[in-house]
Amino acid sequence: MSATRRLAAALMAAALLALSPAMMPRVAMAQDTTPYASPELDRLMGLLAQRRHGEADFSETKYLSLVKQPLKSSGVLVYDAPDHLEQRTTEPKPQSVVLDHGVVTLTIGKRQRVLRLADYPQLAPLIDSIRATLAGDRAALERVFQIDFDGSLDHWQLHLAPRDAALAATLKRIDMRGERDAIREVEVLQGDGDRSVMSITPRE
Amino acid sequence: MTRTRVLSLSVWLLLVAMALLVVGRARYSADLSAFLPRAPSASQQLLVQQLQDGLASRLILVGVEGADGATRARVSRALAATLRARAEFVSVSNGEDASQDKDREFVFRHRYVLSAAVNPARFSVDGLRAAIADNLELVASAAGPAAKQLFVSDPTGETLQVIDQLQDAAPPRREAGVWSSADGARALLIAQTRAAGSDTDAQAQAIGLIRAAFAAAAATPTATPTTAVGPTPLRLLLSGPGVFSVDARTTIEHEAVRLSLLSTALIVTLLLLVYRSLPTLLIGLLPVACGALAGVAAVALGFGVVHGITLGFGVTLIGESVDYSIYLFIQSPHGRAAGAASSLWRTIGLGVLTSICGFASLLPSSFPGLAQLGLFSISGLTAAAAVTRFVLPQLPVRLTVADLAPLGTAAARLISRARLPWGVAAALALACALVLFHDRDRLWNRDLSALSPVSAGAQALDAAMRADLGAPDIGDLVVVNADSEQAALQGAEAVGGRLDVLVGQQVIAGYDSAARFLPSDQTQAARQASLPAPELLRSRLALVANGLDLKLDALQPFVQQVAAARTAAPLTRADLDGTSFALGADALLWQRGGAWHALLPLRATAPGADAAVDGGAADAIDIERVRAAVAAVAPDHVLVMNIKHELDALYGSYLAEAVHLSLAGLGAIVLLLLIALRSAARAARVVAPLLLAVLVVAAGFALAGTRLTILHLVGMLLIVAVGSNYALFFDRRAADHDPSALPLTLASLLIANACTVIGFGVLAFARVPVLSALGATVAPGTLLALLFAAVLAARRVPTGASS
Repeated sequence: MSATRRLAAALMAAALLALSPAMMPRVAMAQDTTPYASPELDRLMGLLAQRRHGEADFSETKYLSLVKQPLKSSGVLVYDAPDHLEQRTTEPKPQSVVLDHGVVTLTIGKRQRVLRLADYPQLAPLIDSIRATLAGDRAALERVFQIDFDGSLDHWQLHLAPRDAALAATLKRIDMRGERDAIREVEVLQGDGDRSVMSITPRE
Repeated sequence: MTRTRVLSLSVWLLLVAMALLVVGRARYSADLSAFLPRAPSASQQLLVQQLQDGLASRLILVGVEGADGATRARVSRALAATLRARAEFVSVSNGEDASQDKDREFVFRHRYVLSAAVNPARFSVDGLRAAIADNLELVASAAGPAAKQLFVSDPTGETLQVIDQLQDAAPPRREAGVWSSADGARALLIAQTRAAGSDTDAQAQAIGLIRAAFAAAAATPTATPTTAVGPTPLRLLLSGPGVFSVDARTTIEHEAVRLSLLSTALIVTLLLLVYRSLPTLLIGLLPVACGALAGVAAVALGFGVVHGITLGFGVTLIGESVDYSIYLFIQSPHGRAAGAASSLWRTIGLGVLTSICGFASLLPSSFPGLAQLGLFSISGLTAAAAVTRFVLPQLPVRLTVADLAPLGTAAARLISRARLPWGVAAALALACALVLFHDRDRLWNRDLSALSPVSAGAQALDAAMRADLGAPDIGDLVVVNADSEQAALQGAEAVGGRLDVLVGQQVIAGYDSAARFLPSDQTQAARQASLPAPELLRSRLALVANGLDLKLDALQPFVQQVAAARTAAPLTRADLDGTSFALGADALLWQRGGAWHALLPLRATAPGADAAVDGGAADAIDIERVRAAVAAVAPDHVLVMNIKHELDALYGSYLAEAVHLSLAGLGAIVLLLLIALRSAARAARVVAPLLLAVLVVAAGFALAGTRLTILHLVGMLLIVAVGSNYALFFDRRAADHDPSALPLTLASLLIANACTVIGFGVLAFARVPVLSALGATVAPGTLLALLFAAVLAARRVPTGASS
């Protein structure tokens, strides 16, 4: 019995948040990535990569089909290169999501959930896309998304479209707008039409 | 003379034939259960049964190292797929999605009977509002895209509640979709064998299957093209109780064969040098062979089963009987006076009797292995002595031996110079006693693992793999005994309620219970009764949805699924099949005879997690508080125990018992000598060198920092048993006032002792602790016994000889 101490629990743990399988198509990361030749994108990524630390206020509006009214929230984003990202929501209720070295700690009320991003291919692209953009990690972005660059370095737009069809069924696209090394807006459109818009204001 | 010969030989042959018959039909057991105690208290019995064939004994931990993560994951999947198809394995888990899907589906489908949060209040308007608002927060969080799909079926979050109930430890890390070690360098699997862990043959077969499946999987060319840098080759690692017993058996067999071949070769060479005659050599080994035969037959008749380990040790123990024929051949050459011969037999007979007294003290031992050893040695020695006495002289073979007088004379001269005054001997004994007294608290190793044949490296690997799987070795445990499955589950639920309080107080960090994934029918019915009828639920939901701005229609799946759950048949053990909870159920709930046992392993609070743990002694559970907390549930049916403590206590009691029995054996030997020698002084002279040898050996171990185990004790008993022969021969010589016989006595004793020292000395180099402990005790001990017997007895050689 020693070997099975909490075995059942351990077996279950990976199922945390990865919910009913029938509802959730599994995502395979695309193997071949054809880099999108764009000197502007390269320059943007280089610029972003230089930024080691950043703090910004955010306000987010979610439009969910479940809820009659849009859900608004706001708080602070903290980034430390290359793989630490925190989203601390203060309104309407305190909540935090901390991504660190690929491990996500989700705190809602008193309850804390820890998950390895790699175990959640459905969630990973969403949470990691912002981190990879901030880190100027073009390779990480292109593993999952087809990237389109628009505008100039001073006023740029990135359109991220999932390469994998299964992922595309739940996540249609992510659009980012920014100015030089600062992301100003992230808009996520999900497969079922739910949508969220996050505005970001750097603190400096 | 001829009639005596015919009678002796026919009785002998008849007995040999009978023994052969018994030996041929005996049952042999190769497992290590000889060193597990028999029928102790109820809780200990449970423990021993668990060790022998509980689920833990059936688990094989498998690790795959080398190459890259993707290749390891591929091998892990291929290995699991191959093994799952075999009837020898009940289940194979490696963390891949297919197995997780079944678990998720199970939890999702049965969430309303599994969730401890389901009660009437939860489904009141207020309860629903609170639960739904809570889960809406998750939907609005960054994890929302994953959470919202579940929300419409399960807005109160029962699925997550169940997962939280079941999740007690950090999950194994996953790499490329399968379990891996914390550093990601090793893919991990758990295989559950159908056969019990104590079935070493079946375990060996299962291990063979795993190796074959791995070889096949590793041989398949990798899909990804090989890189310029050659990858490290794939490597298979195995651990677990079954692996340990198979390894131990292989090692013991291997060592037994290797070492006994070596010592046999050495002894045979020595005896050939002495006898200078092959027939004499073969006849000299006849008593040993007959003794072994008689020993096995006696154990088979007395115990029903002969343990392999008994066989191995026993043959070594009765190796003492090689000595008898040596005395016979060397000390009674042809033409020796009948009086001297009968005196020789009296001495041998007394030696056999003292040995029997010593080994008889093993007979009442509760350690089956020791009791078998005792019976084996007693019957073996008796048979060997009888064959030496009644059969060897009757054999129609001319026995020749080399002239050993020069050797004996040289030895006698040496001894006459190296006399040990009794005062010095007493001082030596005192010094040894002081050493032992000084170290009295760390003299004995009371840790059962001291007997473990598992190497430190293998134990470390096992611990690492367990830690990676979040399944460390078990410490404390609550056991519920009941007469039905339902009663056991109800008991587990009642105990769980008490343990929840302790978790809140941080006395324990958590616990496992079968009732978490298989609640009792009573609990399931209560949870079902908490669910409102569809109309009622819909009207309550309408109120809640309005306040939370939710669209009511979206929650239609919830209403339907609650309606279905209200009338669903209760969840049974069979429903767990195919999920990883089946493994948990087998581990935590089992039946033996008419009795059901539910086990609730406790988890200690992490070190440094909280200072509330008394005395800062984190990582140790306050077992008395647990006992007090669960006492009220059903004192007669609930046991709280610490496995290691329990096992060590068990071993400690056997050790104490063995010490007492050995002392009793020593007492019996002294009494026997007193009666036979009719002189307290002579008895003391016989016993003194033996005790001195034992003291010096024990003090030597203490000085070397080696803690004594039960096998060292058996070794000491053997020093007395074998050494008594030497001391008795010197005593006989001293009493006979026959100085001319001294050289021959010395020569025979030297040869006999050399054989014993070779036999056990070789054993001392074994890698199996039980074998090396015995060898390291007996080899120096018997040498010292001979030496002390000689130098102490030398003073008794009549003065006439020295002039």
